[in-house]
Amino acid sequence: MPRPVPRLDSDNRPFWTGGAVGELRFHRCADCGSFIHPPRPVCRVCLSDNVAPEAVAGTGVIDSYTINHQAWYPGLEVPFVIARVAIDGAPGVYLTSNIVGCPVEAVDFGDAVRVTFEQQGDIFYPLFEKTG
Amino acid sequence: MAQPEAYISGIGQSEIGQRLTRHPLLLTLDAVKQALAEAGLTIGQIDGVSTYPGKSTGYLGFSPVGADELVDALGIRATWHQGAMEISAQLGAVAAAAMAVRTGQARHVICFRTVYEAAAIARPEDYPSSRGKTVEGFSQWFAPFNAISAACWVAQYAARHMHRYGLTREQLAQIALTDRANALRNPAALVREPLTMDQYMAARMITTPLCLYDCDRFTDASTVLIVSAGDALDEVGCTPIRIAAMAGSVERHSWDQAEWMASYATGPDLWKQTDYSVADVDTVQFYDGFSFLALSWFEALGFCPVGEGGHFIEGGRRIALDGELPFNTFGGQIGAGRLHGFGFAHEAVTQLRGQGGERQIAGDPRVAVATSGGGPLAAALLLARD
Ligand SMILES: [Zn+2]
Repeated sequence: MPRPVPRLDSDNRPFWTGGAVGELRFHRCADCGSFIHPPRPVCRVCLSDNVAPEAVAGTGVIDSYTINHQAWYPGLEVPFVIARVAIDGAPGVYLTSNIVGCPVEAVDFGDAVRVTFEQQGDIFYPLFEKTG
Repeated sequence: MAQPEAYISGIGQSEIGQRLTRHPLLLTLDAVKQALAEAGLTIGQIDGVSTYPGKSTGYLGFSPVGADELVDALGIRATWHQGAMEISAQLGAVAAAAMAVRTGQARHVICFRTVYEAAAIARPEDYPSSRGKTVEGFSQWFAPFNAISAACWVAQYAARHMHRYGLTREQLAQIALTDRANALRNPAALVREPLTMDQYMAARMITTPLCLYDCDRFTDASTVLIVSAGDALDEVGCTPIRIAAMAGSVERHSWDQAEWMASYATGPDLWKQTDYSVADVDTVQFYDGFSFLALSWFEALGFCPVGEGGHFIEGGRRIALDGELPFNTFGGQIGAGRLHGFGFAHEAVTQLRGQGGERQIAGDPRVAVATSGGGPLAAALLLARD
């Protein structure tokens, strides 16, 4: 079942297409170093507009998760895990994503995860799988 | 010069149902007429209209009637009106009306919320969803991962609460069990069947830890509250209920970047507006579109420490209709229907006026809190009968 498709624009294109070169990218302020997500052309900490996308390591930690059992549209395969992943190296940035590559029961708080990209058309969906 | 206070005067509610065939504008009219009759006002005395979230073109069932439309349809000469989604939360529309009457922009404001989600699903030819092929705005951070419903977003807060503080499903169940017990005493409620702990624990999961009974259901209804200026009360025939404080604070407008839901900023800010404290509150009506949201309001408003919400409601005695802090006495959205925020203020006023009938709480309730919202949306009203 194809995933819902984000509409690309100048702000979000680096994020949704970074997987083409294997990069998980977030906007970062060159003046104060803060990461900015969702991507916008201004730093919410210092109001600088000196902001550009930057690749992070692509690892993270599961902050919270839910095992989704409800098929929200026909054809959606369940169950699957939705997780809030704290992104390593980007303090304060979280991604809601899916944990793939393991049974849903194998997912837990604090699990270390690594990004894996799923391509669909122009979009590279950053999903996560457990490491180790 | 002291500003005039803002009061809720007349209140009204249409039939609450699913797949209703009465036009949503006429459901709104039903609620308006009831509220006008209670307040002893005529439509000619109404000079303001306020709603949330305004007419929803993307998904008409979510909000089929707008403020512009109501002004025109009911022949209202408005000196002030608004209908916006970018406001604190559903009850932010009532807070906006209170500001309008306190600053002299209007004297009597119809605040309404009309929902038609069950009917719209049944009759998509009349009430289409025009959702496009792509997702944008904040949805792009959830829908691509099939986190389609707010249930998925709230579930992550609930799961973390369980992990961090030890909240149990048995504790959380008291929200739904209390709602459903109270709905049995509300003749207008959508769901009027008892719910047991065994049924709750055996229910199918929607998205862990939220089961079927933790979620409200699509509903068709309209709820109206008239907000009147303190210097216009000589025109009002019912007991006015004062809006003693209101708050709607947010630190990050996001469903996943914030550590805490906006309720946790809004609760303390509400008490900064008033000399009342939690000890003065006789009943609470907390948003429960998903059960965990109601639990979070107990913590956010300081009825118990953060993390202690599960213990606070454990066993259900404290928050029962005859408990020390009666909760969602009309059944909440889980029991009475997804009235989307306005039902909580409607019920607070009903209880403060002693008009709850079979569900009226004991004593002489004078102070109530009504809330709406979850995630980055939060609005709280402190209501008092002077
Ligand atoms: Zn900066």
